[in-house]
This record gives sequence, structure tokens and C-alpha cells, in this order.
Amino acid sequence: MRLGLVQGEAPKEFSVFSESSVDQQGVATSGIDYIFSAKEIRKTFPGVVALDKVSINIRPGQVHALMGENGAGKSTMMKIIAGIYIPDKGTLFFKGEPLVLKSPRDALNKGIAMIHQELNLFAHMTVAENIWIGREPRNVLGLVDHGELRDRTAKLFADLAIDIDPEAELGSLSIANRQMVEIAKAVSFNSDLLIMDEPTSAITDKEVEHLFRIIGSLKSQGKAIIYITHKMDEIFQIADEISIFRDGTHIVTKPASKFDHNSLIAAMVGRELNQVFPKEEVPIGGIALQVKDLARESAFSNINFDVRFGEILGVAGLMGSGRTEIMDSLFGVYPADSGEIHFNGKKLNIKSPKDAIKAGMAFLTEDRKQSGLFLSLSVGENMQIASLPLHSSLGFVRQKEVDELCSDMSKKLKVKTPGLYEIIENLSGGNQQKVLLARWLLNTPKLLILDEPTRGVDVGAKAEIHKLITQLAKQGAAIIMISSELPEVLGMSDRVMVVYDGKVGGILSRQEATQEKIMTLASGVEL
Amino acid sequence: MSNSVPFEKVDKVETLKKKRWALPQEFSIFLVLIGIGLVFEALGWIIRSESFLYNPDGLLIMVLQVSEIGLIAVGVTMVIIAGGIDLSSGSIVALAAMVAASLAQVSGYDRAIYPGLTDLPFLIPVLAGVAVGGLAGLVNGSLVVKSKVPPFIVTLGMMVSARGLARYYTEGQPVSMLTDSYTSIGGGANPVIIFIAAVVLFHIVMRYTRFGKCLYAIGGNTQAARVSGINVGRNLIAVYTIAGLLAGLAGVVVSARAQTGQSGMGMSYELDAIAAAVIGGTSVSSGGIGRVTGTLIGALILGVISSGFTFLGIDSYIQEIIKGIIIVAAVVADQIRKKRTR
Repeated sequence: MRLGLVQGEAPKEFSVFSESSVDQQGVATSGIDYIFSAKEIRKTFPGVVALDKVSINIRPGQVHALMGENGAGKSTMMKIIAGIYIPDKGTLFFKGEPLVLKSPRDALNKGIAMIHQELNLFAHMTVAENIWIGREPRNVLGLVDHGELRDRTAKLFADLAIDIDPEAELGSLSIANRQMVEIAKAVSFNSDLLIMDEPTSAITDKEVEHLFRIIGSLKSQGKAIIYITHKMDEIFQIADEISIFRDGTHIVTKPASKFDHNSLIAAMVGRELNQVFPKEEVPIGGIALQVKDLARESAFSNINFDVRFGEILGVAGLMGSGRTEIMDSLFGVYPADSGEIHFNGKKLNIKSPKDAIKAGMAFLTEDRKQSGLFLSLSVGENMQIASLPLHSSLGFVRQKEVDELCSDMSKKLKVKTPGLYEIIENLSGGNQQKVLLARWLLNTPKLLILDEPTRGVDVGAKAEIHKLITQLAKQGAAIIMISSELPEVLGMSDRVMVVYDGKVGGILSRQEATQEKIMTLASGVEL
Repeated sequence: MSNSVPFEKVDKVETLKKKRWALPQEFSIFLVLIGIGLVFEALGWIIRSESFLYNPDGLLIMVLQVSEIGLIAVGVTMVIIAGGIDLSSGSIVALAAMVAASLAQVSGYDRAIYPGLTDLPFLIPVLAGVAVGGLAGLVNGSLVVKSKVPPFIVTLGMMVSARGLARYYTEGQPVSMLTDSYTSIGGGANPVIIFIAAVVLFHIVMRYTRFGKCLYAIGGNTQAARVSGINVGRNLIAVYTIAGLLAGLAGVVVSARAQTGQSGMGMSYELDAIAAAVIGGTSVSSGGIGRVTGTLIGALILGVISSGFTFLGIDSYIQEIIKGIIIVAAVVADQIRKKRTR
């Protein structure tokens, strides 16, 4: 059954639903047609009410953004719509009929597809195999028809103007291209409702534009899109309607045009945030870190810069520009091939992170799950792992002392956890990030390298982390902050270093730095 | 610059609440152990009109057997927690048993391996056996760290080679006529005492030392451990070496108790050790989870089952079938429990 998209032309079976939705929602909605509705959804996990009495309505041909802090319940809502969770209470309606989903597969078959935040792809299979996994075209013998597989993929990519070889092994693609494959896969189900969970968190502006064009064409085909992001600018660019969630309840739904930046944040956190970035003018001290001609084969070369005590050096650059690789080498994760690192007046020979930590550095890595968290361990164990050498004698950890420091630190950083014993996997992204920050602060570092400190972190925690960074600088720590969000870089930094193609594209002072200049340098054009 | 972390003053810092009186993780499997014991007790009365539990001789034999497997299971548990696996421990038992026994023979025995080295103080064969085990473990660890070959493969190779070496050592001949001081190591309840001492020692190591915490971290997320300043390679080599040392010690105990060294000793002990660890809650699929005390109970469960079946006179083939089922059931039960707490 296809939906009539034009108002007032709804097919008969659809009008039944329109009427019922009037009753259920108690809103005068005659003539407004929803492709999807959720009514009074409740979902609990042991000890937590994740969603309570949540109702939303999605219109065809529109982008509906869900926003809210981490833990607000939007991910749970989406997982219910995608058939991953089954709600405890409430009803779903899809194309006018009650919908019961038993599994993600079930949702796909019924026309609901989801693009996950964490990619669900197989690195050792080809792009085409990834897209059609579980529904491969077969020949007479029942074997996979690879020719047809390739042709279908090529056609799909041509429709979406994606330039990726269908035969390439997925693992050989950049993260951004993998994300495009995931998007193409979701589109290939020809679903009427597409859920996108932070689809742009790993792709560059160029691909974001591409994605938005794809979304535009999906809209024109009458498909509905539920879109989740933490990036404010994107929301106003792409969303038609915005629903705000807070603490497991639905707060408000309005057309995007009825919101502005401040009212959106206010609705999400439930309080007014007057100043987004708490930047303070701090007296800049002597040179903390000086990097000379640093190079690592096939990653970066000729890197020269310095950071002073009390200074926040923002680092911008596109994904894959080499910005993270430079920091990896500074910290000894992958030692540099050549060049010099002077820190606090001394030349350092950094061969491993251990050397860097000893010198007084700290490194909050970009990928929390991959190189930050010990998911199976507790909050306390996660927090204290880097500072154990400071708190042990003869190899024995002075546990009481460390635990006290840890609970002190979780209070200061306002980590929301039942206790230090809680397994960290059960914390929200923002709180996990705070625990990782605490891990390094326990070492009282003189230089902090923060790679995407607020990625995937909700607005409230984000503001707290920004405040913390400012205060650390005020206390005299030198800070290098990498970020893909230009407003963050501009709002927080004393100077901005732009990395392009493994080289320093330019270093801008706070006064000179603008969004346009940074983007120009980041795309390899000299000012 | 100040050395403190900058924040608004916190008026009163109270320690974050500890979990209010929670049962230790091992409690549920301890109940399983008790339950299995009671089932055999009931069956004992029904089938044989005898008590299974009130049977000192039978129980001593059981704990003696448990001690040998348990000793290597302690090391294997630590390796698995650190994200690895050790398949070589059973073969190392054999190799250590042969080497130790060959240095523990009495004089005046015309077929002694080293006719010039007889009647040695018992400490020499003991140290030799433990050292051989430690060396094998060191090789395991070094290969895992330096060559980056998966531990499954490295220790599989060691399992085959060490067994071969044990056979080659005496061309397959058993080594007997051992000194009394040596065999007394396996006498009475000594193996049990050694086992319990190892459990206590390594329980403390895993819970209260930096080394132990580093092993949990490495098993949980190797890359994050590295970034946190942990020397991953050194810690891994150490844990494989410890596993080897414990397997070597088990070889000494086994040969002392049997009063002979044989190249077939310790056959498939590595699998029982892994099973004990897994039943005790150590996760093979993701590192960073497990406890030495859990393994102690896991080993006891295996021991109770096998001695219970023997007590009831049930076919040893059926014992194996049921043992396999219990290993898988233990993990399934664990998964269900975890899902519920999520």
C-alpha cells in the first residue's frame, strides 16, 4: 500500500487512521497524514525508565529530527521503531495500521530501515556483499550471482551519485566512505521510513553535503526520515520538524523554523544557556611544548608548532588530514620517525605512552570505545588505571587512597553513576567521557591533548567539559584540543592550527580565526 | 602553576557509596556446587545406600585430583583474563614431570637417567620442573607479544612440541624409583595445600596489585591499556610465564604423587583447566572478566561431578558427555544472568 502524499487525497484505508489519530492525540489534525505514529510508548530497563508516555508522529516526505541529551531516550525510541527493542507499553502505527515488530529484520521487511551510529559492516567482505548481505541475488543453482550483485550495487551507487568500487574490500575504505556504504545499504531496502543515528559524526563536510542531497531526493520520493544528531548547524539545515526528548519523556515537537539555536538548547537541557563557550582570557605562560620537524612515514611530515602554558591550541582539519596521527605520535602511541619534541624545556624521547605520561602529558583519545574505555571494568577501575603507579607501593595498590581520589573526582566532574563499582558500559556517553577525563586529571598533567573531547556527548555534559577545559587552562595547563566542530574550535581556542594532508596548513590567532579561513586552510588552499 | 585540579570548591567530599552488601559474583556458582553435591548425596542413598559427602577417603581423592587441574587452571585463568588463551599447560605438566623426575631418582638404580645425579635434595628437581614450565611459558609469551601470532596458535604449537619433547626426553620410557623426599610432595594432603596457597597468592595478585589490574585492563581493551601507559608486552610475557611456572609446579606434584614421571601425564588437562575457569565465570570471548576464586569453585564442580559419577558407578563415557554439557550450560547460565542485570 502506498501513501497519498498530497493532503486531502489520502486513500480510504488511510483516512481511518487519520481519524483515529485525532482521537488518540487529542489534536485537531484533520487533513494531516502521518506515515508513522507512536502512542504512549513506555520502555523500562532494570531500574531505569528509559521512555515514558512518549508519542510522536512522523510525516512522509519530511525530515524529523530527534534531539535531546544523551540518556534522554531518543536512542531507545529509535531502537523501538527499528524493531531492536520491544516496548513494554504503547502502540506503533505504520501507514495507518498497528505495527508490531519482532526483530530488526521484521522492521526492514515492513519498510523501516536504520543507519546505526556504530557501523554494522563486515570489513573482510566486498562493498557489494555488505550491501546485499542476507538477500543476495542467486542464480539457477542457488549460488550467489556475483555479476548481478555487482550490477545492482553499481546501479544503486549511480542513483545516489556515490563513487565507490562495488568490488572493493570494505576494510580498505575510509571511515567516511564506509558511512556512505551504510547509507546506501539503508536506501537499498527501499524503505518508507529511514532512521539515521548521527550519520555525519564520521564524515567530512563534502560528504555531509552529499548525504543531504540524498536525503533531499528521498524526501521528494515521499520517504520519511528520522534524524538524530548533536550538531546544531545541521539541524537547521536539514530538519523540517524537531522533537525534543528529555529524561525519557517527549517535551515538544515543532517545525524547525519555530526554533532557534538558543531555544533549542534551552528545550533540551531545560534551562537557558546564555553563553555556549565559557572562554576566559587567561594569562599565557612560557612555552610548554615545542614540536620541530616531526614526521612519520605516510602519515605526516614537517610538523612545527608550539603550545604555551595556559593556552588552548585548537586543532582543526578534515577527517584523515593527519591531525589525530600527529597527536598519536606526540604521545608515543605510534612513535614518530624523525623530529624533536621539547616539553617544559627538556628534549623528550617518546617511545611509548608511558614516556609521555611520565613527562606530564595526558591524551584523551578520539575513539572512546576503541582506545579509551575498558567496557567490562567498573567506573573506578577505568578512572584509576593511568595513575596506579602514583598510588602503589611494592606493586600493591593503595586501594583506599585511590578510591577516595576517584570518588572525589567523580563528584567534581559530576559523573552520574550509582557508584565506582558500576560497570562503565552502563553509563551514558557523556558520563563515560567524564570518567576518561578524570582518568587523566588524576595524574595532574601539564599538557592535555584532547581529541574530540565532546564527540557524541550531550549538550549538558558538553558545556561542563568546555568549562572544565577553560578552568584547566586557567590553572596553567597547556591544552591541545582537536575538534571537528568549528564553533567549538573557534569558541574555545587561543590559537587554531589547521592540518591539511599531513602538514600544518596554517596557524591562526583567535582574532584572525573565522570559520571561512579555517575551512579554506583545511581544504589545502593558502590564505 | 598549581598542582591541583581546578574546580569550584566541593564543600564536603564523601566517598561514593560502595555497593550496599552485594553477594560476591562467585556465590551463584558456589550454590551450584552445593546443589550438585546434594544431588549426588541423594542419589548415593537411593542407589548405593551410602553417603557421598560423608566419605573422607573419596573426598580426599577428589580434592587431590582437583588440585592438579586447579593449579594450572589458576594460571590459565590469568591468561584468559589478560585476553589470551593457553592450550599448552597439559603438555607442560608432562615435560616438567619428566625433567623433575629424572633429577629425583634414587642411587643404586641401574636405569637412572643421570646415574651421576641421584639422591639429590628434593629442591633441585622441584626447581628444575618449575623452571622448565616457566621457560615454556616465557617462550609462549614472547612469541605472542613479538610475533603477533594469535595465542591460540602459539600455545597450540607449544602443546604439541612440549608433549613431543617430553616423550623424546626418555624415548617414551617412564622415569621411576624416585626419592622419598621428592614423592612426599605428593603425599597426604600436600597437593591440596600447594593448590590453596596458589589460589590465595594469585587471588591477591589479581585483586590488589598493579600487575593484576593491568591484566584486567589489557584483556578489557589492549589499545586503551597502551594509551594509559601500561607496558602491554611485558605484562603479557609475565602472565604466560606465570602460567608456565604453575603448569611446571603441577608437573612436579603429579609426578611426586604418582611416584613416576610419564610423558602421557597431564593429557587434556589444559581443557579441564579452561573448563574450570569458564565454569567459574571467566569469559573466553572477551577478556578482562574473571576471578581466581571462581576458578577454584569451577575446578571443584568438575571434581565433584567426576567423583560423583564414579561413586555411582556410572560409565566414564557418560561422564564425559555430561561434563561437556555442564561446561556449555555454565556459560549459557552466565549469559542469561548478565542479560538480566543489564
